[in-house]
Order: sequence, then C-alpha cells, then structure tokens
Amino acid sequence: MEIAVISGKGGTGKSSISAAFATLQKEVVLADCDVDAANLYLLFNPVCEEEQIVISGQKAVINQDKCIACGECIDYCRFDAIIKKDDKVSIVETFCDGCLLCSRICPQDAIDIIDEDKSRIYAGSFKNGKMVYGRLAPGEENTGKIVSKVREKAKQIAKEFGIKTIIIDGPPGIGCSAISAIIGVDSVVVVTEPTLSGLHDLKRTLEITTSSNLQTSVIINKCDINPEMSSKIEAYCNQKHIEVIGKLPFEPLVVEAMVKCQSITDFAPDAEISKLIGNIYSKIRATT
Amino acid sequence: MRNLIVKIAIASGKGGTGKTFISTNLFNVLQKQEMNLALVDCDAEEPNAKLFLTEGKLKNTYEVNQKVPVVDESKCTYCGKCAEYCNYNAIFFLKEAKVINVLEDLCHGCGACSVACSYSAISEKNNLLGYVNTFEFSPKSALIEARIKVGVYSSVNVIKAAIKKASDFNLVLFDAPPGTGCPFIQTVVQADYVVLVTEPTPYGLSDLKQSIETLKGMNKSYGVIINKAGLGDEKIYDYLNKENIPLLMSVPFDKNIAVSYSKGELLTDLNSEWEEKFSQLYNTIREEYGNSSN
Amino acid sequence: MKIAITSERNSLESKMDTRFGRCAFFAIYDTETQTTDFIPNPAKDSSEGAGPKAVEFIASKGVSKVVASEFGGKAKSLLDKLQIEMLHEKDKSIAEVIQQF
Ligand code: SF4
Ligand code: SF4
Ligand code: SF4
Ligand code: SF4
Repeated sequence: MEIAVISGKGGTGKSSISAAFATLQKEVVLADCDVDAANLYLLFNPVCEEEQIVISGQKAVINQDKCIACGECIDYCRFDAIIKKDDKVSIVETFCDGCLLCSRICPQDAIDIIDEDKSRIYAGSFKNGKMVYGRLAPGEENTGKIVSKVREKAKQIAKEFGIKTIIIDGPPGIGCSAISAIIGVDSVVVVTEPTLSGLHDLKRTLEITTSSNLQTSVIINKCDINPEMSSKIEAYCNQKHIEVIGKLPFEPLVVEAMVKCQSITDFAPDAEISKLIGNIYSKIRATT
Repeated sequence: MRNLIVKIAIASGKGGTGKTFISTNLFNVLQKQEMNLALVDCDAEEPNAKLFLTEGKLKNTYEVNQKVPVVDESKCTYCGKCAEYCNYNAIFFLKEAKVINVLEDLCHGCGACSVACSYSAISEKNNLLGYVNTFEFSPKSALIEARIKVGVYSSVNVIKAAIKKASDFNLVLFDAPPGTGCPFIQTVVQADYVVLVTEPTPYGLSDLKQSIETLKGMNKSYGVIINKAGLGDEKIYDYLNKENIPLLMSVPFDKNIAVSYSKGELLTDLNSEWEEKFSQLYNTIREEYGNSSN
Repeated sequence: MKIAITSERNSLESKMDTRFGRCAFFAIYDTETQTTDFIPNPAKDSSEGAGPKAVEFIASKGVSKVVASEFGGKAKSLLDKLQIEMLHEKDKSIAEVIQQF
C-alpha cells in the first residue's frame, strides 16, 4: 500500500513525520518526492545502488555557424526567450520553454534541440528498507514527471523485494508535482501547522484531495503554538468530514533529532512525541 | 532616474524558513518610512504576504491569461500537422476516426499549432491562469500579489505578470517561491540581490547550499539571514565563514515570535527594537549590493 | 476484436505494467487471429501528457478494450469518449490476461 505525506507548503514538519513513519515501519520503500529538498537523504544516508537519467524536457540552442540573424524566430517565440544583441541572436536558456517552434520555422535550419538530461533519480538501501529519491537540475521544472518516475521506481522495487509498504514524502505546494505524488495512493496524510497561512494552505490542499476522492487525514503539527488556530483548523476539517488524525505539540527534540540525523522515533523512542506519532501511524495503517 | 531601481529577492530553498516573515516585516518598516516601494508576493501557489499586511486596500485585480487554440472542425482537413508540432501532447488527434481535441490542461500556449495549420482551422482564445492583485498602502507603496488558479500547471506566467506590474516603483522586494525550480529562477533572475533565509539545521544548510549553487550559476550576488538561530547546530556559521558569504541578520528562535507570527501579526509593529533591526537590515543589504556591483 | 494490455516486457510471460500512460510496452491481442503483438509505448517518456498520448496510440491501432491497473483522469475521459472499454487487472502476466478473452 502507498501512503503519501504532503503539506500545503514547506516547513510544517512534513519530512520529520514521513521519516518517523518510515522508521516505524520495519520494512518499507521510501519514495522521496520532495525533489527540491534533500531532507530524507541527509537523514538516512542511503547507499546508492542505481542511477537513472530523467529527460525532463527540451531546450532550443542556436547554431551560430548557420544563423544569419534574420530575427524571424524572435517574433515567433511566445516566451520572450530569444534576444538579439550586437547582431547576434541567441536563446536565453532560463526562459526557453522547449516548444520547438523556433526550430521548425527557422529558414536556415539553424536551431538545434537538446534534451534536458541533468535530472536524476537514484535508488538505494537504508536501514529500514529501500529508498528512491530524485534530484532536479537547478531551474528544471518539477513537472509531475520526476515524481511519477520516483513512484514508478519505488513500486518496481517494492515488487522486486516483496515489500508491502511505500511511504511517499510529497513535494510542497499544490502544483502538478504534488498531484502526481498523491494520485492513486491508498492514503494521504496532510501535515499542517496552526498558523493563518497554514489554514489557508490546508484549504487549498484539501480541495485537491477531495476532488480526487482520496482517503485523506490531517495532522496538526506544533498545535500548541496557537491553540485557537488549532481549534479553527479542527472545526474546518470536521465540517469537511476529514479526520484530524493527530495533534502534535511543538517539541525541540524534533530539531535535535534532525541535527543528529535520526528520525524522532529512533532518536527518542520513549518521548511523548514519538508515542503520539506511533499512534497516528497505527491509526493510518488501520484505516486503509 | 529610472536606473536607480533596486530589486531584492527574498528567497529560501524550502518553504517555512521564515521568508515571508522577513519580507513582510522589511516591507512594513520601509513603507512606514514613506519609501517608494512594492513587495511582490511571487509565491503564486500559496501567496501569504497579505495575511500579514492587512492594511493594504485592494486597488485592482488583473487577470493573467494564456492563449489556447480552438479548432474549427468545418475547416480542418485532419492532416495532423498541428498535433505533430505540439511538443506537449496537448492535441489529441486520430486521423482515421477524425478526432481532434485540444487538451487545455496540457497546452503551454506556444502557438506552434497555429503556425502548423495551413487551413486556417485554428484560432485562439484566452484561458485564465490566475490573478495579479494590487493592494495599496499609500500612494507610494503597494503589495502586488501573484495568485494562480488552483490546478494550473505552472505559476511562471502569473509571476512574470506580477513582476511587470511592479516596474514603476523605485524599490521592489520579491517574496520568491520556494525550491530551486522554474518559478524560483524566473523570480530571482529579475533581482539585483538575493537574500536567502535559512535555519541552522542540517536541512537548512543543505537547502542553502543547493540555492547558492543555483545562484552562482546565475551570477547573482546574495547574502544570508539565519532564522530561528539557537535551534539546531553551528555548522551553518562555519559554512558561511568558509565561503565568505555575508550574514545579513540573525533572528533568534523565540516562541513569542512564533506565536505572534501564527496570529498574523507583524513583529515590527509590536516591537520597536525589531523595527530598528529591519531598518538596519535594509542598509546592510544596500551596502552589500553596492560592494558587490563595484 | 483487438485488446491492448499494459506490459512490462515484450513476451507473454511478462507481467502487466501497473500504470497506463507510461507503461513500457503495449501487448495488442487480436481475438480473431489469436496473435499478440508487443509494441513499445511511444508515450512512455513524455514529459507531460503521457496518458493522452498513449490513448492516441492504442486508438490508432484500432483496439476496443484496454486492460491496465490504473488510468489517469485525462486518459479515462478520452477512452470514455472513444468508447474504448477500460478493464482493471493487477499483477497478472500477459498470458493470464489473454486467457479471459
Ligand atoms: S530564424 Fe534562424 S536564422 Fe533567423 S535569427 Fe533565428 S535562428 Fe537565426
Ligand atoms: S523552443 Fe520555443 S520557447 Fe524555446 S526559444 Fe524556441 S520558440 Fe522560444
Ligand atoms: S498552443 Fe502550443 S502547446 Fe498549445 S496546443 Fe498549440 S502547439 Fe500545443
Ligand atoms: S493542422 Fe489544421 S487542418 Fe491539420 S489537423 Fe490541425 S487543425 Fe486540422
């Protein structure tokens, strides 16, 4: 079964909670889809066993030997990616969307298309099982592709090694990549915090999980920072018939565990917070 | 003198490090000093600055659209050239069955299909991507918010439109989107100086390194603010020292600050000492920027 | 009648591929001739829109049923429109799936 942990935005403690889940589960494939941040990698330091290139898109480059600087491509490009400076026409890589239109209309056939192949996914082992993680090259857009590649690899490994549980640490936000991380999973856990912006983000996140008909539950992290807001979030979830599966207090031990590169449940198994997380995890397992 | 415009991006590798805390307080302080400035909330997926800057009055809302093709099937000969030109699989085409369908969710509005069609069967319409909202604080200062419609695949166009709206101000602050992906790059590429907000934890450090790698690649000058100082460890300070990266400010971890932030309050309104510190932060940034551009 | 089945590899012993749009191969089984063709899925590596592209591909092969473990939203609505029947199977080999027809 697949459990995805997501949050409207970063910094809600999502990765700490996914890490705890992954270590509570004795045998697991951990799919790190938070490709912008290497948190789980730092924590578990997996031994890399496999590397796979991901072609994340295409980009256009002008072959200056052939280009006659007629400027025609400039007018066609809708992304303002082509500029003319000192009679030289060139493409600003950052702005090119890879639509290929310029290469199709260039009368001199002077525009080449290259694959963006700097992104990678890796698979390896860590102490509780297997881990799959992705790395986007800077500036390459996190469309759902790398996320679905990570999930694909995780599933394949789960099958190969007969591992039953996949935990997905989802990307922040509610864009295409977050959607790719949760589509078709058995259970979505949304981690939020009791701040005005937390509630605001949560609403937008739940809009997506409910419209995709996913089994969803909510964890309010650092609930004691603002009890009033915590109650508001609870009331909101009740009204939407979404279960608040647990509330966790602010706990400096979580940061200490992070510094020691351990999950909180490994670092302080007897602490109250670890027990709370343990309960939450059992509940999730029981309901799916 | 237009060339005096300064654009400062406030960014962080991941969300939740206090980027919005810094940008809203900085804006608040400078706004009160009657500077001519705008804060652009470029975190279009989750724009939050307005939750803290409640005093601004909504002045206007501008729709950001994207062009999407419409096929006139009475003119279409089902030649399939448009589908071949589309590099995003946004045109669903079956020759034998004579099916042609534009999948609007996948369309990037590049216009290639219109160019491809030699039968004038393709026209274009506008599809809503999101909004740019301008909130005015005084005739001289405004918050400009980029906000995408839920489910829109990329925030880049809306961010670009919001940044364009800010071009009449002397000082522009960007609250940059998290990560180092496309939205982040499209924001910082327009900035003169980048302020990276991070936490003194291993995650914070690793994200910071990743952001700095990206900024180096773009030839941007930058400085760092450490938020929640006192939590975590000292490694980040060693790193800054070793790499000679300026530490612009340090905000200690303080539960009171976290509580007031969670309520949507501005620290610089509650506490004059912090008002002074943020004012000083601006001067530090100006100095750093001045040095780096020499 | 032709039936498309998602496949991990290009033999009858191969397991079904779990996803539709990005499966490695399509096994196209013809009930009349009782033969199976394995064709690499051209949509497999698309950055975006793999689902629709895969639908386009199997539709152009004239199939009237498709067997997969799951279908994405866009693929589903297109298959509906084209009246290609979607059948759900999991963890079977291609040979096992074919037996049902
Ligand atoms: S259309 Fe071709 S030849 Fe003309 S400026 Fe562009 S690249 Fe050069
Ligand atoms: S590929 Fe498209 S976006 Fe890139 S430069 Fe050419 S026309 Fe512009
Ligand atoms: S505008 Fe571009 S992306 Fe949209 S359908 Fe046409 S070719 Fe495809
Ligand atoms: S290029 Fe024009 S005529 Fe040809 S299939 Fe597309 S819309 Fe129809």
